[in-house]
Amino acid sequence: MTWLERWARDPVLVGVALLLSVFGVAMIYSAGVLTVPNPVTEGAWRRQLLWLAVSIGVFTGVSRIRPGWIEWVSIPAYLSAVVLLAATLVVGVGAGTAEGVGRWIQIGGIRFQPSEFAKIAGILGLARLLAARDGAPQSLKELIAPSLLIAVPLVLVVLQPDLGTALAFVGILFAGLFWAGTPALLLLLLASPGLALILSFDTRVWSAYFVALAIFLYLFRYRLYLTESFAVVVGNLVAGTVALPLWSSMAEYQRNRLLVFLDPSMDPRGAGWNLIQSQVAIGSGGFLGKGFTEGTQKRLDFLPEQHTDFIFSVVGEELGFLGVFVALALFSILLLRVVRGAERSGDPFAGLVLFGIFGAWLVHIFVNVGMTIGLVPITGIPLPFLSYGGTFLLTCWTLTALAVRLAEE
Amino acid sequence: MKAPHPNQKRQRARIATVVLLVFMGLLAVAFFRAQVVRGTAWALQSDSNRLRVLTVPAPRGTIFDRYGEVISDNVPSYSVSLFPAPMDSIRATLEGLQPILELSDTRVEGLMEQARLDRRRPLLVQMDAPYEQVAALEELRADFPGVFLEMRPKRRYMAGPAMGHALGYVGEISREELALPTFVGYEQRMIIGKGGLEREYERDLQGGQGTRYVEVDAVGRIVGSFEGQAGTPASPGDDLNLHLDLALMEFIHEIFPDSLNGAVVVLNVEDGGVLGLYSAPSFDPNHFVGGIDRELWEGLNQDPSRPLVNRAVVGRYPPASTWKLATAAVALDLGVVEPGEQMPTSCTGSYQYGNVVRRCWNASGHGHLDLAGALAHSCNVYFYQLGLRVGLERLVDEGSRLGFGEECGIDLPSESRGIFPESLDFWMDRFGYRPYENEVLSLAIGQGPNDQTPLKMAQFYLAIGRDGSAPAPQLAQPREGGDPELAWSLDLEESSLEELREGLRQVTSAGGTGFLSSLEHWDFIGKTGTAQRGIEQRAADAWFVGLAGPWGENPEVAVAVVVEEGQSGSAAAAPIAAKAVDFHLRNRYGIPIDTIQTLGEHLRAGVPAPWARWTNEE
Repeated sequence: MTWLERWARDPVLVGVALLLSVFGVAMIYSAGVLTVPNPVTEGAWRRQLLWLAVSIGVFTGVSRIRPGWIEWVSIPAYLSAVVLLAATLVVGVGAGTAEGVGRWIQIGGIRFQPSEFAKIAGILGLARLLAARDGAPQSLKELIAPSLLIAVPLVLVVLQPDLGTALAFVGILFAGLFWAGTPALLLLLLASPGLALILSFDTRVWSAYFVALAIFLYLFRYRLYLTESFAVVVGNLVAGTVALPLWSSMAEYQRNRLLVFLDPSMDPRGAGWNLIQSQVAIGSGGFLGKGFTEGTQKRLDFLPEQHTDFIFSVVGEELGFLGVFVALALFSILLLRVVRGAERSGDPFAGLVLFGIFGAWLVHIFVNVGMTIGLVPITGIPLPFLSYGGTFLLTCWTLTALAVRLAEE
Repeated sequence: MKAPHPNQKRQRARIATVVLLVFMGLLAVAFFRAQVVRGTAWALQSDSNRLRVLTVPAPRGTIFDRYGEVISDNVPSYSVSLFPAPMDSIRATLEGLQPILELSDTRVEGLMEQARLDRRRPLLVQMDAPYEQVAALEELRADFPGVFLEMRPKRRYMAGPAMGHALGYVGEISREELALPTFVGYEQRMIIGKGGLEREYERDLQGGQGTRYVEVDAVGRIVGSFEGQAGTPASPGDDLNLHLDLALMEFIHEIFPDSLNGAVVVLNVEDGGVLGLYSAPSFDPNHFVGGIDRELWEGLNQDPSRPLVNRAVVGRYPPASTWKLATAAVALDLGVVEPGEQMPTSCTGSYQYGNVVRRCWNASGHGHLDLAGALAHSCNVYFYQLGLRVGLERLVDEGSRLGFGEECGIDLPSESRGIFPESLDFWMDRFGYRPYENEVLSLAIGQGPNDQTPLKMAQFYLAIGRDGSAPAPQLAQPREGGDPELAWSLDLEESSLEELREGLRQVTSAGGTGFLSSLEHWDFIGKTGTAQRGIEQRAADAWFVGLAGPWGENPEVAVAVVVEEGQSGSAAAAPIAAKAVDFHLRNRYGIPIDTIQTLGEHLRAGVPAPWARWTNEE
């Protein structure tokens, strides 16, 4: 074992993470190359590089913590995360491109995003909870505790409002439950109120869905408790009825994002702007791209938030489909490596943490990349390792450290 | 929780892998579709995103005078425009520009209206921004996204007000004009001729707009020109060569009394070319370039002396005595009189026809006169009898044939037709009665229903100056040579023409009304006229129409001058005509210009005039 292997513990996983991070710094540099220079984005790559150095330091430290200690710290970490999130709602401040929303807590000169810490803590807390169980959950009732555990930070994050990170918690919950052996049927039923929520915007669609759900419950009636079926029906009914009040309680920009997802040309200069410009940038990149730093859409400032949430549009425009494919391949290797670690770990807690990481990252990657091309609605969610953002990069590397450390167990 | 069985773990890992690959595959397919399958379409959209087509205005053709002097050309100027944007951001930008460009509130509202009507094209805010404004804007460029500066050729009129009426002026095409069939193919923001020659020869002078591509950023700032896509260069408009004499125009503008209104027309006898065409009061077409300001425009429109009306071609005046030449020419043409013949009734100051007594202007009478003498003395009694010989119907027919009820056909966008009875029905239509034969008495001396433009009278005298035929007066030289098209022709012997000219010559000879306007170097002949217009309480309009050329040769220029309320043709109009033709002919023959020109000026200045014909040799 060379020193590098000793340091990295999983050279493939860490190597890919490092590649992605450096790739990210390069793309952030490119995002700052504008025809009309913008001082904010111009120096971003240097700060990101600094954060990468810090992150590698943190990785080195975290990847050496004893797994037992990690397990022990899970619950206190989870509880303090919830407290911090609640505090953010009161004392949170905005920053950077998310100037208007209070996602950061500032202590002295240091500013950080509690929601990022909460993500780590949520993964650990859920793993701890599920690992303490005696077997796989077999009824919806048994899903209540883990769901609540995730729902608390999720709701607090939604209130910030930060829909993107909230989605990551959903990913964590389902990935964790899945690894814990929860039957697919239960997972589906758990997800059904969410589906009802989305479908309820059209009463006819929602009615059809509800009939289908009823038939489904009837078919599987022997595998469910009556109370469970009842809970599912009530959950779906509630989701269906609260949809409209919920819709009207959403912020204007959130509603627009959803509407524009359905029809980007609805308001090309307004809410649809981001999506259209991103699609134009990516599409015009073609197979080989316009060349590193040469993207015209980016250079002329057509791309929104091009060094944070829309960094992948820059990849698409400048490096073309080839660059996109390589990036997706790297992400796939990264995630497969996490899955492999879970598969190999003998410790249930370790496997659950790894799957939590898998779920969080998969949501981040799919939603972020998907929104740049119009596959999912635009959500303020960063791309792991690539997007600019100190706390986020640090989180990614902390999760990497946990992944390599626990995969050994 | 017990660790799951390795088989379970393997199965779950496999499912997770499948889920992962499905998601990644979805993304890969979406990107493949966008980048490879639809890539070109997006690339086009990317270009249209960041490239803007700007039109490159073509410089208008240069206008030259008969000697090749530049009358009008173009100088570079900067215009300030706005790219299309949502209305509220246009308003915000305009309000930001207001103090810099000194835009009035009403101007801003006008621009907003314009922007509302055409949302796709750039909005021209300021056509000819002064240098300081351009510099200030250049400095504040970052504050005004969507604002761009453009170099545009700007029209310049060398002679200013001296040429206002002949040239017209230019301005941005209006919406109403765009809708006209004349302007098919024109676009907003184009500068077009709005009057005079600029309007008449608009198609020739305009040239073709070019295009160029610029790259703009997301907020619409031009970040540079784009070389990747070649634009088309603008093609300059055709040059226009005129018969006009620039120096003469400036001279006329200088000598025409500032306080009086009127018109001067100078024609070249040989081809009908217009050497001078002046209307007072005039305006400076340079004020219209780049958008005339509202106050000035309203001032010009509300001025009771109507400076925008080109009196030389649109103004109509009773021709009075100057029209006696027409009666004489018609009579000779019809052969009802011999040149040396005298009328049976001598002038005693009045003439009785039936129970009507008509007066001559000279109450003590002129005695017996021949045609030339009658012209020289403008004897009404002679012309009453001459008119009766011709007869009302024939005088009306012949007058109509000579175009007194028509336009001359000058190359200007608007010209008044003369008012003249085209037939005997005229009286019935106009006044509701059949004309009595005695109507011919009025008509023969240039009264009655007869109003002519200065241009028309100049054209008629021009015909007498040549062989009796009259070309249509033209400002522009024909592109290909060739003889001018004839508008009409009199069938007169050279001896008859000379007889008419002799009559005119006596006007500027000793004892004639125009004697003080006679000239040293030129045989300057013509006819004065004093016309009381209608029932208005105003002084009479003064006329002089005449011909001039070197002594003993055929006339070379024809001239008509009207001075409104000038009271006396000989005192107000003739000197202007004399000085104008003297100035032009001196230039033509290389004789130095002298400030003392007419006999009257010699006498007043105490300069001897040995050349003056103190005695009438005939």
